[in-house]
Amino acid sequence: MSAPLRPAGISPTASRRLLTEPAPLRWTLIGLVLAFLAVFLILPLVLVFSEALSKGWAAYRDAVSHPDALAALQLTLLAAAVAVPLNLIFGIAAGWTVAKFRFPGRSLLITLIDLPFAVSPVVSGLVFVLLFGRQGLLGPWMEAHNLHVIFAVPGIVLATLFVSFPFVAREIIPVMEAGGTEEEEAARVLGAGGLQTFFRVTLPNIKWGLLYGVILCSARAMGEFGAVSVVSGKIRGRTNTLPLHVEILYNEYNFQAAFAVASLLTLLALVTLAAKTIVERRLYITTTAVKPDTIAETD
Amino acid sequence: MRATRHHVLPGFRITLGFTLLYLCLIVLIPLCTIPIRTWTMSWARFVDVVTDPRVVASYRLTLVTSLAAATVNAVFGFLIAWVLVRYRFPGRRLIDALIDLPFALPTAVAGITLTAIYAPNGWLGAPLARHGIDVAFTPLGVTIALVFIGLPFVVRTLQPVIDDLDAQLEEAATSLGASRWMVIRHIILPYLYPAWLTGFALAFARSLGEYGSVVFISGNMPMRTEIVPLLIITKLEQYDYAGATAIALVMLLASFVLLLGINGLQHWAGRRLVN
Repeated sequence: MSAPLRPAGISPTASRRLLTEPAPLRWTLIGLVLAFLAVFLILPLVLVFSEALSKGWAAYRDAVSHPDALAALQLTLLAAAVAVPLNLIFGIAAGWTVAKFRFPGRSLLITLIDLPFAVSPVVSGLVFVLLFGRQGLLGPWMEAHNLHVIFAVPGIVLATLFVSFPFVAREIIPVMEAGGTEEEEAARVLGAGGLQTFFRVTLPNIKWGLLYGVILCSARAMGEFGAVSVVSGKIRGRTNTLPLHVEILYNEYNFQAAFAVASLLTLLALVTLAAKTIVERRLYITTTAVKPDTIAETD
Repeated sequence: MRATRHHVLPGFRITLGFTLLYLCLIVLIPLCTIPIRTWTMSWARFVDVVTDPRVVASYRLTLVTSLAAATVNAVFGFLIAWVLVRYRFPGRRLIDALIDLPFALPTAVAGITLTAIYAPNGWLGAPLARHGIDVAFTPLGVTIALVFIGLPFVVRTLQPVIDDLDAQLEEAATSLGASRWMVIRHIILPYLYPAWLTGFALAFARSLGEYGSVVFISGNMPMRTEIVPLLIITKLEQYDYAGATAIALVMLLASFVLLLGINGLQHWAGRRLVN
């Protein structure tokens, strides 16, 4: 979009005054927005920490260092440690295919990648129960081979993979598209191999987009509740993730412990937001630094 | 198709192959179990399950509260996006970063936190209860949870479009004597409608399937405050897999229709931006 030109005869300050709302209205709107956000965003944050510490530091430490909480933390990290790298590899492969090539069915593929976003978390868990559960399609076969997916760790990992599936791909595709194909083509013509081209040319261009996707993917993988709750069976110390542990403690009316564990997840969310904001700024700098002629070349 | 322009770049076959394989294994094959499983039910039984009064009551609750929440988000989302893009005030960047909190916060944490705030003895629940307004364990509570989780959608779809507004148009209209209200009404709003509607639809779609943030504050009373995803869980806990699957199919169809609608909206919005 072209830079705004100011019509002759109107001074910059006068036009700026005309191009915004009167000051009282401006401050009323700002006040309204701040009040709304204070109720909906700030108050919940304050409540989590205030409830978590309502019985003092010792109770807080007990709740978060309880063996069941530690086991839940371990499982949450395990699920994320499997899901994030796999979805990262998928995201890079999908990004390369979709952004650098044109082929029939390309836009259908992009829509299908977003599919897990459109599916309710509960349904995302249900599909794995229908596939691997005792009454599931593969149930009898799994039973015969003594394999357990549902109410076991593999089910939790699969559900996590499903819900965090699109995050890296959908962040990488636009960044790769904005980069165009000229740089890679030049590298190839100059004799670089395929992998060399990727690691030396493409990767430096997409690294911030990649990191952005990984941050969002990890947050979702560690925070997922609905899908995981369907497949987990919630066996304490064995198939309990941190969000499920919060639910169990809450349902036992152990509110302080529930909020103590919840405060860990809240801290994780705040770290995610901070990391996201920093990376967003870098991403903005990289994408706006792309040369105009390369943008014009892509559709 | 591919050979003509990009033949220099390697790796098309292998990355496309891997993408399709992974997509099938993780997403498509698991999702196929829903129609396959429903296929084994008789039509009469399927209709029975999905039109059961308790299930119909949950559709109504989910639809009404999702619409209400998406509407609140459309109004406040617009104001928030406008204020964040157009005005400068202390704390603006911090607030901008915080907008995504509902995306980053696990839904179970949101659920228990909102319940604690709006419970009859909660920070906001107690004063509201004194005025005769019950929030937790009523449809109003469900709506509040859905407002929370849908908040970022409208803000984040409108922000870049407001940022992109061509100041020339506003300046031209203003210099021709249009009042500020006329400029907003006839120039700014028409330009924002597609993105605004997209944000509304995204928030609505997310609300339909939401589980974690709602299930604590709703109280889950049959016929009154049960949402659709909760009924799937209830049926699963009774080992009624067929019943759970039938309801899931209805939800899946609803989300596909919405997904298509949203794609269409974004296409429309994209075309309008080019013009």
